[in-house]
Amino acid sequence: MKSPPFEYARTASIEEACGLLSQHGDAAKLIAGGQSLVPMLAFRLLRPSWLIDINEIAALKFVALETAMVRMGACTRQCVIARDDALAARVPLLRQALVFVGHTQTRNRGTVGGSLAHADPSAELPLVAQILEARLVLRAKPGTRTLSAAEFFAGPMMTNLQPDECLEEIHWPIWRDDKTGSAFTEISRRHGDFAMVAVAAQIAVNDDGHCTRVTFGVAGAAPVPVAFPELAQSLVGHRLDKAKTRAVAQQAAATLEPESDTHASAAYRRHLAGVLTSRVLLEAYDAARSVP
Amino acid sequence: MSETLYSIAVEVNGAKRIGQVPARTSLVDWLREHLNLTGTHIGCEHGICGACSVMLDGEPVRSCLMYAVQADGHRVVTVEGLARPDGQLSVLQDSFCETHGLQCGYCTPGMLIAAQALLNTNPRPTEQQIRDAIGGNLCRCTGYQQIVDAIALAAQRMAEGAT
Repeated sequence: MKSPPFEYARTASIEEACGLLSQHGDAAKLIAGGQSLVPMLAFRLLRPSWLIDINEIAALKFVALETAMVRMGACTRQCVIARDDALAARVPLLRQALVFVGHTQTRNRGTVGGSLAHADPSAELPLVAQILEARLVLRAKPGTRTLSAAEFFAGPMMTNLQPDECLEEIHWPIWRDDKTGSAFTEISRRHGDFAMVAVAAQIAVNDDGHCTRVTFGVAGAAPVPVAFPELAQSLVGHRLDKAKTRAVAQQAAATLEPESDTHASAAYRRHLAGVLTSRVLLEAYDAARSVP
Repeated sequence: MSETLYSIAVEVNGAKRIGQVPARTSLVDWLREHLNLTGTHIGCEHGICGACSVMLDGEPVRSCLMYAVQADGHRVVTVEGLARPDGQLSVLQDSFCETHGLQCGYCTPGMLIAAQALLNTNPRPTEQQIRDAIGGNLCRCTGYQQIVDAIALAAQRMAEGAT
């Protein structure tokens, strides 16, 4: 249960971190909050020769509220995000999801970028990134490039980050529709555990209660978090009720091919995806309608 | 092959402590084995049980999930740092004794840190807030109820003491 030996470098800037990454390539790993990486080292699932610590890079810790999006430094701690009322007013799903992410002690250390880069298929923040179509700014020594969440997530614990790249910023779109509501829920064995299935939805409605914009998705039931843009679009122009959300949720669940493991069978996961999707769609819709 | 040693200076329970550590030494191993602060317990060593909780710069974290070298330049408070300066138990620690908030005692240091962190920011927590605050700490003896009682009692006593 002790980590294997490695060399350690504390970096003061992202340029320094990227320089070390380009020097050591695959032999190096970035460490941010370490809440997933350190257990992987303790279990000897990873044996990097170098750990490059980005915890002390102040420039990677910020939340900037802009008109159409929130820009966030990748090393911003989860606890900081969860406490931020101004952020919760603009991208409410982040706080709603963070309730389910680990515990106080892990959120105090864990970072938003770390959770995204770790890319656990049942993790909460990647699901939010996927359904909101967040954009991720990746930096390497030569410069930056930006990927959508859909392009970023490549498989279970896999992303399209190259060995010399560091996730630098996350851009979360703000829905500026007057009446917007969102909801997040999950089923896990114990509170704070990774979800067996997690589901998130965000909906905007007009004054008549017709949906003008819908997004929703499921984590824990596929190699990456899944959004359902066509099904979401099919709800636009409609009022939602139980029958409607249930029908769409069943269609969504039917497309999933989850894995079975000791905690939940594939059939149970698919069942959960259907039930929870119906529930969050209705909850997000009611939240949107109740906006004065 | 000998491992590279890294020099660290950490403020632990108010005193500056220095050390030379391999990068892979966890913070909890350094506290226990190099500083002999054995109050902080090692349970699962992979971030599940909460027994190793300490305050880092005033906020509770798991000391098995960070390396001692990462604590360089930071402030750590362990369970040894919770007692009053004269060595008497704190209000919170006393409350744990009084309500039988511990049996084997293994989880207790982590529970105390989690509870103290809660009371520092929220002196009048609801029962649900207490349960949330210790949600990341496993106890296999008490069934948690007496721990919740202990924290509620401590909050009440601190409030009375303040008036």
